[in-house]
Amino acid sequence: MKDKQLSVSAIKEGTVIDHVPAGVLFKVVSILKLDKVGTMITIGNNLESKKLGHKGIIKISKVFFEDNEINKIALVAPSAKLNIIREYEVVEKKVVTIPDEIVGIVKCVNPKCITNNEKVTTRFDVVSKPEVRLRCHYCEKITDRDNIEIL
Amino acid sequence: MKNKNLVSITDFSKEEYLRILELAAEFEMKPRQDILRGYVISTLFFEPSTRTRLSFETAINGLGGRVIGFTDSGATSTAKGETLYDTIKMVSNYADLIVMRHPLEGSAKLASEISSVPIVNAGDGANQHPTQTLLDMYSIQKTQGTLDGLKIFMVGDLKYGRTVHSLLMAMSRFNTTFYFISPEELMLPAVYKLHLDKMGLEYHEGKDLAEFLPEADIIYMTRVQQERFTDPIEYERVKNAYVLRRNMLEGTRETMKVLHPLPRVNEIHTDVDDSPHAYYFQQARNGVFVRMAILSAILGVK
Ligand SMILES: [Zn+2]
Repeated sequence: MKDKQLSVSAIKEGTVIDHVPAGVLFKVVSILKLDKVGTMITIGNNLESKKLGHKGIIKISKVFFEDNEINKIALVAPSAKLNIIREYEVVEKKVVTIPDEIVGIVKCVNPKCITNNEKVTTRFDVVSKPEVRLRCHYCEKITDRDNIEIL
Repeated sequence: MKNKNLVSITDFSKEEYLRILELAAEFEMKPRQDILRGYVISTLFFEPSTRTRLSFETAINGLGGRVIGFTDSGATSTAKGETLYDTIKMVSNYADLIVMRHPLEGSAKLASEISSVPIVNAGDGANQHPTQTLLDMYSIQKTQGTLDGLKIFMVGDLKYGRTVHSLLMAMSRFNTTFYFISPEELMLPAVYKLHLDKMGLEYHEGKDLAEFLPEADIIYMTRVQQERFTDPIEYERVKNAYVLRRNMLEGTRETMKVLHPLPRVNEIHTDVDDSPHAYYFQQARNGVFVRMAILSAILGVK
């Protein structure tokens, strides 16, 4: 944490989400509803990264996510790495994996789908995790990685 | 099957399909039975489909049940902005079962999650129309004496035709060999070929309708619609290539039947109509017996 390269300040307790591709950082913020979080949050974006070119990083004080909650970000940022911080130390590292089912979050790609016309929570079965292919529980159409729109 | 929804063709098991077909055969022998007396079935047609609605209402009336419902949302409260949620909540208070047709895809699935009574999907946009599939299966079984190991030709619009996709999924459980005949622009989507590969089934694809016809047990014709083509010249070029004519049926199997979900435009020439191979009008009539079977199985009276 004394690294001069680190452009975002350290936190005492909480979660650091690192290696977020710069282009999707604010999608991650919206998926995790960080705008509703009251504790200190520091966000850095367009930081230099050997792996990603430009990356984003999010540090959230005093918040620890459940796996099923944090795994939702794998839809847009499968490369994200989590560091769980206690007393300024990384006590656990985690990667994210796409859950089997996605409830809410994603909009169905089919304009004729009932979920785009009536107030109803979207639901998808994940039919391929590596390719990120989601099958709508209602209209059965596939929404794939290129068409994922976060609600 | 009692109290089950029939939203998608995959909602029923192979055994349940076969039970429906067996019941349909019983109703064909004895189409007037008073077994739905005292039952109220609601037919909610959020978009008009006279053919399907009449078939359902004939089935309900034939079994002594009562029908409530509407035929076009233009004249009802849904036109005033009532949600599908509210309509289904309200109607499920009055009816023992709801038959619904709706232009939006996934609407029947949503209704089945809201309703306290079973939902039978009579078509949700381009998605599912399972009672059509069951009546197609009934027609195949009735004319061929079996569903197993048949050679089925699907002709025309194989890209957008939902009846073709549902029938393919259902018949893939019966060791079918498929022949897909369509213009380049309307070929069967890859996802269905992957499914057949997974099931280990044999299939052939071609553009020439006449080529393999002597092999066929069933020819399933669909409409090739102009609006499906991005290039109108391409449509003009292919529109007559997928028209079935009587002279093409020479040399086909004696038991071979031509099916079509109707309405047809010109894809089956009228000179086929009085051929012993023509079966599309009887096929439509079979719909009543199949719908009698579906309703009575779900209501638990059979
Ligand atoms: Zn959908």
